[in-house]
Amino acid sequence: MSKKKIQKIAGTILGLAGAVILFGIPFYFILVNSFKDRKGANQLTISLPEIFHFENYLEVIQNNNYQLILAFKNSILITLGTVIVLILTGSMAGYVLQRRKDRITGFLSKLVLLGLMIPTAILPTVWVLQKIGIYKTMFSMIMLEAALNISFTIMLYQNFMETIPVELEEAGFIDGASTVKMFRRIIFPLLKPVSATVIIINAVSVFNDFTTPLYFFPGKQNATVQQTLYNYIGQFASSYHLLFADVIVIVIPMLILFLFFNQRIVEGMTAGSVKG
Amino acid sequence: MNKKKIYPLAFVWPAVIIFVVLFAVPTVISFYFSFTIWDLKNTVWCGFDNYVMFVKDAALSASVLNTVIYAIFTCGLKVALGFLIAVFLTSNIRTKSFIRSVVFFPTLISSVAVGIMFKAILHPTKGILNTFLSLFGIGNIDWLGNVKLALGSVIAVDVWKGLGIAVVIFIAGIQSIDRSYYESAQIDGASAFSQVRYITLPLCKAARNSVVTLAFIEGIRSFELIWAMTKGGPGFTTDVLASTIYKQYASGYYGLSTAGNVLMLLMVVCLAFPLQKLLNRGGVYE
Repeated sequence: MSKKKIQKIAGTILGLAGAVILFGIPFYFILVNSFKDRKGANQLTISLPEIFHFENYLEVIQNNNYQLILAFKNSILITLGTVIVLILTGSMAGYVLQRRKDRITGFLSKLVLLGLMIPTAILPTVWVLQKIGIYKTMFSMIMLEAALNISFTIMLYQNFMETIPVELEEAGFIDGASTVKMFRRIIFPLLKPVSATVIIINAVSVFNDFTTPLYFFPGKQNATVQQTLYNYIGQFASSYHLLFADVIVIVIPMLILFLFFNQRIVEGMTAGSVKG
Repeated sequence: MNKKKIYPLAFVWPAVIIFVVLFAVPTVISFYFSFTIWDLKNTVWCGFDNYVMFVKDAALSASVLNTVIYAIFTCGLKVALGFLIAVFLTSNIRTKSFIRSVVFFPTLISSVAVGIMFKAILHPTKGILNTFLSLFGIGNIDWLGNVKLALGSVIAVDVWKGLGIAVVIFIAGIQSIDRSYYESAQIDGASAFSQVRYITLPLCKAARNSVVTLAFIEGIRSFELIWAMTKGGPGFTTDVLASTIYKQYASGYYGLSTAGNVLMLLMVVCLAFPLQKLLNRGGVYE
């Protein structure tokens, strides 16, 4: 028995040490350097700062005429808009695609699932947006992000629908409820847990997206958080303290999300993957 | 009960319309544009010229090869390390949920932020990795500037960032295995290693297949981390299809860029789909 105990303790220590060294130090490194002055941060060491320069954060926020604030505003609007579109369209589609199995729904399910694998055709999408006349608009960004994430969202809703007994709808139908009313009053509230997952997973993915705004939302007024961070790489090439402060500003919302919704995020990301 | 009445197709159309207009239609017409010289307004048909460029031009063909290398190595490492860590985290050690959270967290950080972080850590003269290695007498290594090392370095960072998903999928797979298999194996005196080899490994096949497919496709499509860390350099040694698509777009070669896009799509179809088929062959209890 004691041999087992030693093994357990050794394993725990090994695991903790490995996790802290490999995954803790990089974040710690960024954090301490974001509080140093320019000269101190440029040495790129992991020592604690002699004086904590909290004003670095102010400087990053004020930089380029408060560009970071604008970027946060744009990113939050895009994220919020996308999540709303995804919840509304994804829940309705997932509901019907799971419940009604015929040729059309079978085809549509397969079509939408292709979106999980196939890469975006970038310039043809620009072309389509120009033809519709919405290129470089906030609306097009929201719709694009929705199109990119709709496949995963529908899959999550479809999987969750399997756990909701069909008798509920039969009863509702016999009671004479309209289809819209039945969905809104009975089904949609039951989808709450998966809707929460949909919100969090998509919010993270849209907020962190760098490529889509790079191609489809160019221009200074259209800055997003990741875009701004990328531009600072060049601008702050020799001011690591500011660059790292910006990284921390962007990592913190994710950390907060993670502390509150750890379980939900993991559930969402593993959804449907172990069933085979 | 009339399913058509209860479950109206009208519920599906909004999602499908968004998907078709902004995803499926561009995908289909990309085939046409890939055969043209194109500036978003006018097209000139040029046959297979764009594709020939991807074979003949050294930089472009390197990007195709790099994409395959990148996908294979990121995928292979995520599967192998993800499985090992998952086995470790489902054993009887303490603090496993803490360790799992720590390993998972980078998944939520944007690639640009991770790129900035590791560019500094891998700095050739003052980065903390080289400082650490100098303790063992290993000289200054230019992780991202050396043509032989750069691709490997970016692959390692990609694995660092994406490992968490592989781990949690494997954990879910391992936890769904019936405990009684292990109990009877223990009664028969099977070692810990053979329990992992003959019970855990074959029985979390579904999880493994998901990880392989996800990681492989992600590898083929990857762009942001590479772009934030090396921009495809030094030379073209870390250029992949996605960075080539961006570079050709930035230089105004829209047809060529779209051909790169089509090649990426074909790579997913020709490599990832058959890979999935191969993995799913045979039952769970083979």
